[in-house]
Amino acid sequence: MRPEIEAKLSLNPSLVTSVLTGFLRDEVTKVGFQKVVFGLSGGIDSALTAFLATEALGRDRVHAVLMPYRTSSRSSVEDALKVVEALQIPHTVIDITAPVDAYFAQVDRILGYEASALRRGNRMARERMVTLYDLSAAMNALVLGTSNKTELLLGYGTQFGDMASALNPIGDLYKCQVRQLAAHLGVPQSVLEKAPSADLWADQTDEKELGFTYDEADEILYQWVDLRMSPDEIVSRGYPERLVRGIVERVRRNQYKRRMPIIAKLSGRTIGLDFRYLRDWGT
Amino acid sequence: MAWSAFRVAIAQFAPKLGDVSANLTRHLEYVNEAQRANAQVVVFPELALTGYQTQDLTLEVARHVSHPDIRRLIEASRHVDVLFSFVEETDDCRFFVTAAYASGGRLVHRHRKLYLPTYGMFDERRYFAPGDHVRTFFAQGGQAGVLICEDAWHLSSPYLLAVQGASVIYVPASSPWRNTMAASDFGSHAFWRQLLQVYAQLCGCFFVFANRVGYEDGVHFYGGSGVMGPDGEWVAEGPASEDAMVVADLDFRMVRRARYTTPLMRDERVRLVLAEMQEALRRRATDETGD
Repeated sequence: MRPEIEAKLSLNPSLVTSVLTGFLRDEVTKVGFQKVVFGLSGGIDSALTAFLATEALGRDRVHAVLMPYRTSSRSSVEDALKVVEALQIPHTVIDITAPVDAYFAQVDRILGYEASALRRGNRMARERMVTLYDLSAAMNALVLGTSNKTELLLGYGTQFGDMASALNPIGDLYKCQVRQLAAHLGVPQSVLEKAPSADLWADQTDEKELGFTYDEADEILYQWVDLRMSPDEIVSRGYPERLVRGIVERVRRNQYKRRMPIIAKLSGRTIGLDFRYLRDWGT
Repeated sequence: MAWSAFRVAIAQFAPKLGDVSANLTRHLEYVNEAQRANAQVVVFPELALTGYQTQDLTLEVARHVSHPDIRRLIEASRHVDVLFSFVEETDDCRFFVTAAYASGGRLVHRHRKLYLPTYGMFDERRYFAPGDHVRTFFAQGGQAGVLICEDAWHLSSPYLLAVQGASVIYVPASSPWRNTMAASDFGSHAFWRQLLQVYAQLCGCFFVFANRVGYEDGVHFYGGSGVMGPDGEWVAEGPASEDAMVVADLDFRMVRRARYTTPLMRDERVRLVLAEMQEALRRRATDETGD
């Protein structure tokens, strides 16, 4: 990453922590909740969410849920438990193998062919979402999101799966900023250092699958999204054209994942268009 | 000399979005607290009676100045002047972001927000009509003026009040914290602090900044209310991000000394400005009809 961009993306960690913990306290309690629940994968994003939530609400008001599948790497569960250990927070392990396998046993038979790795991965992400939302009702706790700005922009997540949540404290932080804040808050070293992975199949890593590094993505996204430079301008600054256009096209193609379903307009006041209220209406 | 000194209390808190009755109660509590602190003026943030992003709630939270809720706040100014902000509805059903100054149980002055931002995250002009006047009025501290949030980001606004002789400029605000990620940059927070410091010194007057706190749909309002003196130093500074009542004494001798030491407003060439503005307007009018 170029030094001037790196400087711009370097956080004031205590300031950001105070805004994000304030966000969690305020947005959770003013809608009548006291607790939060979130998936803890062993990765850095959910670890950061766990640290922020614990600092914001205290360990009695957070609940971590580990949801391994039979192919999940052993180190994922171990790392998630290190986070639980470091924060001394309550947690539950819910293995999603049985419901996911039962689903594909039936659907593969009906369709007559085996599901792709992508479909299986999406199904796992959505199984975890279903589990978290059920526990949300069981525990009277709001579901926290763990998607960062880089993956939300790239659309590197499952719609209505890991992208679903009630509140997301880290969705405006690029991946490199997630790393900085996680280090500042004391996320365990093994979580900070390992290669990011959705862990949907063996040896999967995000960067291998995306075809570029998170640092490359952050650097280009920051200039395009935040500084509003055109893709041409970014290319003229010496970045590979294929990389720049590839990233920009990914963001455009995945816009649908970041929006609520669109509604065919008929009336004078259509939800999402001209029926405008904040979600914090009345709070 | 118009005045010697008076005490201002700034009520920094998080209004409930769309709940006028709950917010009115908070206002009346702060009025009492300000009175107990022996303040002569209590100042509330922009739209503290309604919350900031009223959007389609505008129609139901809007109040005519004759509405009982507004009358109650005006009535509450019998012992301490009250500067409060709400969605004002006019007889002809226009909606303004208004700040009202009440004193002795009477409405003394109304300022309607001049500049309604629509860039970035803002969408104010969609719901509100812009005000057309920026005038001083006689109150505690002699000539005073009001600028609501974005008004103060336009160079001409404090200038127009200073030319009319304002020695105190009140700035009720709902300023969201943004562009605040970088270690080296405090974003809008830093911008406000620089702006108030420069304005106060250029105009030789006090600035009373009343910014709200709390969150609306993830947008954070950072507070940081306070009083900036004509020498460019903070007379009082409130905390960031939490409820507070910030109290400060405004001493006219500071204005007097500043205006003697650096007599920028005395030397201001208002007629030159007027003539050059007319010329600039004439030139602009050749390709657009700006106002």
